[in-house]
Amino acid sequence: MLCIPQTQSCNYFPLLGDAVLQVLEKISDSLREEILEVLVPRLTDLTKSDCIWQRICWQLVECVPDRWMEAVVLGFVQRAPGANALSRLLGNLVVKNKKAQFVVAQKMLLLQYGHTTAVLQNLLGYLSLDSIRRTLLLRVLQELLETWSSSSAMKHSPAEQQLYISKAILICLSHLKEPEIASCRQELLTSMMEGVKCHLESSLPPLRRLGMVVAESISLSINTEGPVLKFEYEEDDETRELKSLLVQTPSFCVVPSLPDDEKSEKAGAALPLVPESNEKSYTATPVMPDEESDAELDSDDDLIPYDMSEDKELKIKAPMYIRDCIEVLTGSRSEDVDKWEATVKALESLVRRNPAATREVSVELAKILLHLEEKTCIEGFVELRQRAQVAVLTTDPIPVAKYLTSQFYSLNYSLRQRIDILDVLVLAAQELSCPKFHGKTKHSGVQKPCIQLLPGSDSSKDWRRIVDERIKRKIRRFDTGRSRVELVSCPNEFNSVAGYFFFPLIQHFDRPLTTFDLLGEDHLVLGRLVHTLAVLMYLAVNTVAVTAMGKALLEFVWALRFHTDPYVRQGLLSCISSLLLSVPAERILADMTEELLETQSWMGDVMEKDPDGDCRRLALQNLLLMENLKNKLEAVPS
Amino acid sequence: MALPPPDPQFVLRGTSAPVHTLHFSCGGPEPDIPLLFSGSENGFIHVWNLKTHRVDTALDGHGRKSVYCVETMGGKDRLLSQGRDQRICLWDLAEGRTSVTDSVFTEHVGFCRCSLLKVAQGRWLIAMAARSLEEVQILELPSKTSVCTLKPEVGAKLGMPMCLKLWQLSCGSQPVLLAGYEDGSVVLWNVPMGKALSRLICHQEPVMSLDFDSEKAKGISGSSEKVLSIWSLNEQQNLQVYKTHELVNAGISDITIRPDKKILATAGWDHRIRIFGWKKLKPLAVLDYHTATVHCVSFSDHSNPRDRLLAAGSKDQRISVWSIYAQT
Repeated sequence: MLCIPQTQSCNYFPLLGDAVLQVLEKISDSLREEILEVLVPRLTDLTKSDCIWQRICWQLVECVPDRWMEAVVLGFVQRAPGANALSRLLGNLVVKNKKAQFVVAQKMLLLQYGHTTAVLQNLLGYLSLDSIRRTLLLRVLQELLETWSSSSAMKHSPAEQQLYISKAILICLSHLKEPEIASCRQELLTSMMEGVKCHLESSLPPLRRLGMVVAESISLSINTEGPVLKFEYEEDDETRELKSLLVQTPSFCVVPSLPDDEKSEKAGAALPLVPESNEKSYTATPVMPDEESDAELDSDDDLIPYDMSEDKELKIKAPMYIRDCIEVLTGSRSEDVDKWEATVKALESLVRRNPAATREVSVELAKILLHLEEKTCIEGFVELRQRAQVAVLTTDPIPVAKYLTSQFYSLNYSLRQRIDILDVLVLAAQELSCPKFHGKTKHSGVQKPCIQLLPGSDSSKDWRRIVDERIKRKIRRFDTGRSRVELVSCPNEFNSVAGYFFFPLIQHFDRPLTTFDLLGEDHLVLGRLVHTLAVLMYLAVNTVAVTAMGKALLEFVWALRFHTDPYVRQGLLSCISSLLLSVPAERILADMTEELLETQSWMGDVMEKDPDGDCRRLALQNLLLMENLKNKLEAVPS
Repeated sequence: MALPPPDPQFVLRGTSAPVHTLHFSCGGPEPDIPLLFSGSENGFIHVWNLKTHRVDTALDGHGRKSVYCVETMGGKDRLLSQGRDQRICLWDLAEGRTSVTDSVFTEHVGFCRCSLLKVAQGRWLIAMAARSLEEVQILELPSKTSVCTLKPEVGAKLGMPMCLKLWQLSCGSQPVLLAGYEDGSVVLWNVPMGKALSRLICHQEPVMSLDFDSEKAKGISGSSEKVLSIWSLNEQQNLQVYKTHELVNAGISDITIRPDKKILATAGWDHRIRIFGWKKLKPLAVLDYHTATVHCVSFSDHSNPRDRLLAAGSKDQRISVWSIYAQT
């Protein structure tokens, strides 16, 4: 090209830089994408081995005026094919330029959360590659940890942002070296303790898991010897991806689109190391007997076997009568564990086959089942107990419901037992409100899907799905007509007992007991209670008590509408959905007009301001239902 | 058309407690009475007269703690018993005496039955679980001197020894111990050197009982699961699995091979006694008499093959005595 005299070289490059910048300045924002698309790859290649080009590039970016800086830096970070490339392109820009520092250290990490993991890797890797920039890395980590461990930030930021911050923390940790960790060990420990506490208090399982993974990772980094923190949770793709971020493989050209899956095998999760050498000499490899070479007369042929057809699996007989079952279950004879096991397995079917006998002892049986603990290790014990409880409740609803709802608010039950009461009530309500075929509760595919409420699962999600489907059907407003098979109609058994299930649960929620404070720390149970009420409301459609239930529910929900726990708020919004679906439209508009208007404005608020995505979605749904309601009534000619 | 399984020849009642161990002593010449020794959970050892089917003597030497092992030492006059009082007692029963001549304090609080081996005239070796969790101690009787202590290597994690069998290939050769452990493995120990020769993991659950046929160098072990494991010993003194057999119900308390090595019997938790052919482990019979777990089985040592008996002791407090495959 040109032959540049050495004396002019020091002026040449800045001039060149200025010229390029002028060109840049003349182009408006919307064309930025195309420019950087061309510029970044080319510069990356050029700066790969050429120091001069690196300096050109650095000068280029340093001279970008402040109001463009954000756009340029953002563009570079997003498009650079790796931290090394970014380092070559930007140099120490973040240290020299205040605006760039703000964009990188504050805006992209704390104020925005839409960037991909690869972008985060680029950014934080870039910070780690130079010793001057590493101080910035440490500062960034501290700020991220502060946000992560703050409970108010947790309550008010959406789940996606929390995930983003967690990822950023893990990537930072992966870049830190031992002396740096040692210098901030105490702060890491403090943040971890605070952060894990507020994460574990959350009612939403994904957030709890997020907190556990991050805490484990921090613990792993700061404790090089000695026991590390290890939580028990179910691994899924998200946790595996997070853990894989902790390990950095030295890669020189990481294209942002490639996931870090291959690193997961080396991740810090505890892998049991089986001593291979020992295993080999001990494992049982069967040696096939040489049957052919054994030509001896088979003396076993002399021995004629006897008839062994009676040799079957040993079965312990379960009791045949309900009262015998009660005796076995309450019996103190600990030797007869086989009988106890057989009783637990047989109880549900016995109860269903002998309704009259069950009704005589229903409350006693309910009491025994509520307190029944696992004596031996039976598979599916919790489910067996739950099914037996549901059977008892559906056979004799009123007394047993009275008993269970009163126990819900009594002293000295564990949270698990209280939640079990709620689950049993819901399952029984579902069974009672579904039509029976030939005396058996059969849910054919035509009906709403039958969800088994297994313990541990988040039953509220399943119910939400059912309600969603029903809502979808309502909002779309098409009626295909009863082209399906006509179902045998029979009385709705839930009708007579809905009130007994529902009202006692609402009555005492604001009265704290010594061991149970719904409005205080036991907000998980409050969340479950609210979801339960939503389901009971939903199932009460076409019952006589539905309007009274609706009014009571609306008052209950109104009192709690500003609760800080997102799980509780989701439940409250589900209650409103159920109410709008179950209570007949005329009754709503006649008896609850004012409350309806207030609820409408509350929904609007939630939709705009609630940090939780699910809450906003539910609020929108409710608004649509209310619209639908109004339209339907206006459509009816008065 | 297979015959239905036979009924017991007779049943001994009167122990008033679950029966944990049995041992026949019928080899003596006429007019010696054939005897059966049984140890019960109430601490008594009953000496049954097999002609009258009644208890001749009841020995009380273990402080009412369960007796879980009885063996004779060269005849019916000398008896060895092991109980949950952590003691092994040596009895002198000659001429109607019923006294404990000696005892060994094992400090073992488990249920591992000891194993006796006659090495010379008047000298025995006894293997028993020791005080320390994984160790087996070998003593010489009657001097009670310690021959060696068999300790597994550090980190082997075998657990408690559950069952033992001392044997030697022929008189004068080195005594060898087979031990079944809590982790499901069987270990072959060389006693004089005190080191392990081979280890085989046969089961996922603890090995409850084992027996060994030194002529064929083949052994069998049972555990609390459904599988019987048959293993063999090759020339290099290595244990290898030969075969496994799956049972209908889980749990085996005891296994014993008949002295003529033709059949073996297993005592099951499912209340049944099973008979197999030893050669190929062909199932031969299932004897269903007891109403609770069968704790022990034992074959008699009658010199006349036709008189041979099988006895089984159970938690239902009865001892059933069978005559099965005695003609072969």
